[in-house]
Amino acid sequence: MSNVEERVKKIVAEQLGVKEDIANDASFVDDLGADSLDTVELVMALEEEFECEIPDDEAEKITTVQQAIDYVAKNA
Amino acid sequence: MTKPVALVTGASRGIGKAIAEKLAVDGFFVVGTATTDSGAEAISAYLAENGKGLKLNVADAESVETVIKAVNDSFGAPTVLVNNAGVTRDNLLMRMKDDEWDDIINTNLTSVFRMSKAVLRGMMKAKTGRIINISSVVGATGNAGQANYAAAKAGMIGFAKSMAKEVGSRNITINTVAPGFIDTDMTKELSNDIKESLLASIPLSRLGAANEVAHAVAFLASEGAAYITGETLHVNGGLFMP
Repeated sequence: MSNVEERVKKIVAEQLGVKEDIANDASFVDDLGADSLDTVELVMALEEEFECEIPDDEAEKITTVQQAIDYVAKNA
Repeated sequence: MTKPVALVTGASRGIGKAIAEKLAVDGFFVVGTATTDSGAEAISAYLAENGKGLKLNVADAESVETVIKAVNDSFGAPTVLVNNAGVTRDNLLMRMKDDEWDDIINTNLTSVFRMSKAVLRGMMKAKTGRIINISSVVGATGNAGQANYAAAKAGMIGFAKSMAKEVGSRNITINTVAPGFIDTDMTKELSNDIKESLLASIPLSRLGAANEVAHAVAFLASEGAAYITGETLHVNGGLFMP
């Protein structure tokens, strides 16, 4: 689990260019400054890292770091 | 591979070949595509060490996916895409069959959507990219007997403007080059009567050379064009001035 958490946070940091520590409840758009294109890229990066496919309607629900961790833990 | 990769569709002859050759001279590793194996081999032959020809049917989603993957794996993700492949199936609207319409929209317009989407991921990662669509003057003026072709070519312009707004923040530009009447196999099919009346309406009084379109494309692919996006560059000898 912690491994998933670390990997997700690493991707978020890379994709969104976040230098500080990332809180689990951080919202991609509101807290980390992502735009709509960033969130699409983020989902693509998660798909690549965890070798899974995240359907569009699921991807829409992933708006925070914790939600990404939970989704990956459950589905990948 | 240190050279940036440029992908040019429909590169076995005409304007596409001139574009591929020009981009190779400008320092790109050029992947040119053709619909046949012999076309792909011809591209490999003329590009020599500066590129490679591949077989691709832009109207076939699966073929696009396979070829893009092969290009990414073998040469690296393209940072320049030239959507040049195109065909005509002219007919008066009264006589135009559904398949004449569908075929042209699919090959000339849907292909641009597919190819652009397929290379976008690599361009987003690279944070740089140039997509150049080869449209046509008839996309701006219309032309009797070419409702399907003109609709597809006009569609490319709207597509480019939309995409330019979507991905501009990633340093990716999308522009359109709209050639007028260029001396290629496509215009050799025109009758002499039509050619003569055409020449009368072209201020420069001649057909264009494929090479003259290639230079416009090369400019849009160059560093110097970094601040131009969503634009349509007409290369038509003055036949149409927007």
